[in-house]
Amino acid sequence: MVNPLSKDNPVIVQVLGICSALAVTAKLEPAVVMTISVAAVLAFANVIISLLRKTIPNSIRIIVQLVVVAALVVIVDQVLKAWNYEVSKALSVFIGLIITNCIIMGRLEAFAMSNRPWPAFLDGIGNALGYGIILIIVAFIRELLGSGSIFGYQVIPQWWYDAGYQNNGMMILPPMALITVACIIWFHRARNKDLQEK
Amino acid sequence: MNKNSNIYTVIYSIVLVVVVGVVLSVVYQALRPKQLENIANDTKKQILASAHISPEKGQSVSELFDSHIVSSYIVDNSGERIDNSQNPFDVNMALEIKKPAGERLLPVYECSTPDGMKFIVPVYGAGLWGPIWGYVAFDANGNTIYGAYFSHEGETPGLGAEIEKPAFQNQFEGKDIFAKDGEFTSIAIVKTGKEPQGKAWVHAVSGGTITSQGVQKMLYDSLLPYCAFFSNLADGQSVVDNEGNSEISPEGFSGSQDTSTGLELQPQEL
Repeated sequence: MVNPLSKDNPVIVQVLGICSALAVTAKLEPAVVMTISVAAVLAFANVIISLLRKTIPNSIRIIVQLVVVAALVVIVDQVLKAWNYEVSKALSVFIGLIITNCIIMGRLEAFAMSNRPWPAFLDGIGNALGYGIILIIVAFIRELLGSGSIFGYQVIPQWWYDAGYQNNGMMILPPMALITVACIIWFHRARNKDLQEK
Repeated sequence: MNKNSNIYTVIYSIVLVVVVGVVLSVVYQALRPKQLENIANDTKKQILASAHISPEKGQSVSELFDSHIVSSYIVDNSGERIDNSQNPFDVNMALEIKKPAGERLLPVYECSTPDGMKFIVPVYGAGLWGPIWGYVAFDANGNTIYGAYFSHEGETPGLGAEIEKPAFQNQFEGKDIFAKDGEFTSIAIVKTGKEPQGKAWVHAVSGGTITSQGVQKMLYDSLLPYCAFFSNLADGQSVVDNEGNSEISPEGFSGSQDTSTGLELQPQEL
């Protein structure tokens, strides 16, 4: 469960799920909600597929996985619309796109199909956290530098602005998410020599 | 049992789909009322946004709405109130806009603000990729825009989607939808250097030409049926408000459908 947090991180080592990582990280709150959503979908999908793994016909196993993931994503989407409409509007299509997040299909096919439910559950949580921790780091940097706030609360004091400090509008735009992720990967590889390709 | 036989596969997929279908419909039914409430609150927030009222963090939108919107009703295109006990909040603008102007139900929200009573009307039209809509708040003279709010379903971010930004919306403040002679001119949305004479205009969104044209058409089409209502407002006002609004008469709007009448009037104060 701990491996995906660093050495085997789905975003910065396997470079999966980048699309949504770029899109939802302009502010912290959507990033956190996205993390929770992915964690819920991935953990339960892993458990369900793991429970069903002995019954699933081999020829339609990808379809079965997709149906399970799609159903869970729709449930998450509906729950969000009911309980946190603002964030659900901000995340808009990206909740639906969890279905196509490579991390989820990858874990189902690689892990849940051949493991018991409890390890599969932990694997799901672990990978979602690995995904989420990157999302939150990126969102933290982007919201702090781009909007001067954390979770929507202003943290850069007014006298900084009075002294000529300006929010970096670039940080709100998607390309800076890519560059931030790249910086994290750079830092991470520099610390983990065994990950470096020869 | 052979897991790879065709029959097993077919039955398996049918059972799976039925189970998933049942689960999803149960979830949908259970959460539906809460979702409808959220959508209603979101609409209320948009209506208030046109009058520059936004809820504080954690403040209940519906309480704010109830405290500011002192009355709401439906009028027809002759400016008369329609008394069919339908809540104006439930009027579906997407359907109304397709009807001929004479049959449309026209919701009006009276909103009390620190700057006096404002009249908020909904507008609805088409952008480049999908519907666009908004709310426009008018001063009590039925002519000057107090504030405007626009939103969209799927305009291009950074281009057409800029219509939901304050930078675009704030341009509308203080603009008059009637020309000096009382003709309905709506608001022109124009590129820099193409500013027309004789009617109020705002600058279009760069790179969002079709969306901007959509907003212009939406304002014209949606506000035109309100002309009689606005002129009634102006008449009621003319006793106290002597800005020449009392010249506005319903006959003035029934003529040309063309906005570009080429009137050689002085540009209005902008």
